[in-house]
Amino acid sequence: MTAFAEPLVLPERRGPASRLSDFFWRHPHLLLTVLLAPPLLWLGIVYLGSLFALLLQSFFSIDDFSGLINYEFTLSTYRQLLSETNLDIILRTVLMAATVTVASAVIAFPIAYYAARYAQGKWKVLFYLGVMLPLWSSYLVKIYAWKLILAKEGILTWIFEKLHLIWLLDGWLSLPVVGGNSLSVSYTGTFIVFVYVWLPFMILPIQAALERVPGNLIEASSDLGGTPAQTFRFVLFPLALPGIVAGSIFTFSLTLGDYIIPQIVGSSRLFIGQAVYAQQGTAGNIPLAAAFTVVPIVIMGAYLFMAKRMGAFDAL
Amino acid sequence: MRSDRLNRSPMGLKIAAAAGLAFLHLPILLIFLYAFTTEEKSYQFPPPGLTAQWLAVAWNRPDVWAALTLSVKVASIATAMALVLGTLCAAAVSQTRFFGRETISLLVILPIALPGIITGIALRSAFSMADIPFSFWTIVLGHATFCIVVVYNNAVARFRRISGSLIEASMDLGADGFQTFRYIILPNIGTALLAGGMLAFALSFDEVIVTTFTAGQQSTLPIWMLEELIRPRQRPVTNVVAMVVVLVTFLPILGAYYLTRDGDQIAGAGK
Repeated sequence: MTAFAEPLVLPERRGPASRLSDFFWRHPHLLLTVLLAPPLLWLGIVYLGSLFALLLQSFFSIDDFSGLINYEFTLSTYRQLLSETNLDIILRTVLMAATVTVASAVIAFPIAYYAARYAQGKWKVLFYLGVMLPLWSSYLVKIYAWKLILAKEGILTWIFEKLHLIWLLDGWLSLPVVGGNSLSVSYTGTFIVFVYVWLPFMILPIQAALERVPGNLIEASSDLGGTPAQTFRFVLFPLALPGIVAGSIFTFSLTLGDYIIPQIVGSSRLFIGQAVYAQQGTAGNIPLAAAFTVVPIVIMGAYLFMAKRMGAFDAL
Repeated sequence: MRSDRLNRSPMGLKIAAAAGLAFLHLPILLIFLYAFTTEEKSYQFPPPGLTAQWLAVAWNRPDVWAALTLSVKVASIATAMALVLGTLCAAAVSQTRFFGRETISLLVILPIALPGIITGIALRSAFSMADIPFSFWTIVLGHATFCIVVVYNNAVARFRRISGSLIEASMDLGADGFQTFRYIILPNIGTALLAGGMLAFALSFDEVIVTTFTAGQQSTLPIWMLEELIRPRQRPVTNVVAMVVVLVTFLPILGAYYLTRDGDQIAGAGK
């Protein structure tokens, strides 16, 4: 039998690593600081810093003669932003974003509903990967694929010809606004590509919302005599709405900021993203470019505020 | 009890869902056909003939290889940085409670929630104000910023599932903090980190919008493709590159899915 009992508190451990670890155990706040400092320095200073610097620039103006930035507080850049041509650009982009959002919701709903309610086992995986792979596959390749499809000599024209429906395509292209020389230089083309590229962003939140709708609610509705249309209108749609709103955050925001799709597939009329790109690049007017970026930020801010009130964030 | 009739899907829904999935996949499949067309000057359909010669032509193009190498380098370094920063952030947010926790999640998500053009132009004007010349590292810096969120999302989901008693047990048995991390935490979050890293790699490998603002003269593979899209010069080579990009990005996605499918939150759902 030993004369001394083991001490209750272990003696201090050897080695710098152990001592450091004990030190952190005694000072949990310090550990937290060490953990958080690198990511916060990065995001807070590099990212937020750049963002604020950009927003600040929108209150400067550009000297018309020298082309240099005049570092004095002014609202003249915003006055320039509200000129007729620029308002046209903003309105066009917002309208496009709204139509794209509605169309994506309509196409996404059946896929999401089938995947959430009927797909089982292997099919469930298939649906999941079926949405995931297009979501993650290359953005430029997707646009490129549509350039191939929408080209005048491309597959779509060929299909319309084979079906003897070429008059329909020509008729559509001769319409004002939505038409053009070929689909790849018309708003219709821009619209189709936007819907295609953002569709998976709409499917996922709707599916998440629909997964939470108990099946017996739908059965109860039909037991009580509701037609499928009524069940959809009064049961399914209201329950799916937060998911739709969550998806629309993506489709709306992404359309507002995109400048590559309308540049590659579309008419020569500008969207907000293209205006920003042109102002900061060839025109060298950083203040106006900065003011333009404020538009999507403000619109998305208001949109997110409304979405939050509708409970859309729970569906994300 | 449920009747069979209610469990069967209506025909219309089936058709709409199938058509929607077809809409998502057929355009990508078309790329594979075009990679083998004999037509060089236009996007003619149906292709007048099929050939495999463009694979060899693309293989021998130094500019494609240069762009590919740059993309892989940028994506690897950005992923490594995002892994460190995202894991640190996730560990802090999920293992402790502190003032401003919610704000941190928002801050991490912001670079991907705001349109890419805003992130891009903000970084560009910051670089020019600080007189930092555009280089390989400015591209990496931009990419790491928005890759943090994918690593963070995956790691946070997994951290929530590690029970606190495991960590306490390890400490009770005399392990110090580093040993606990090495033997208890790391094996538990390993697959989530791998999945997050793969997705971050895929995201960076494909990124074009932020890159156009933070790259100088160098061109990553997406920038190379963008130039071909705006001014098509080498259509057959572009077709082949597009096909390869599709194949290359599918692998990390499938990998990430299989690594995290048992989890409560599956990787990639929050791109």
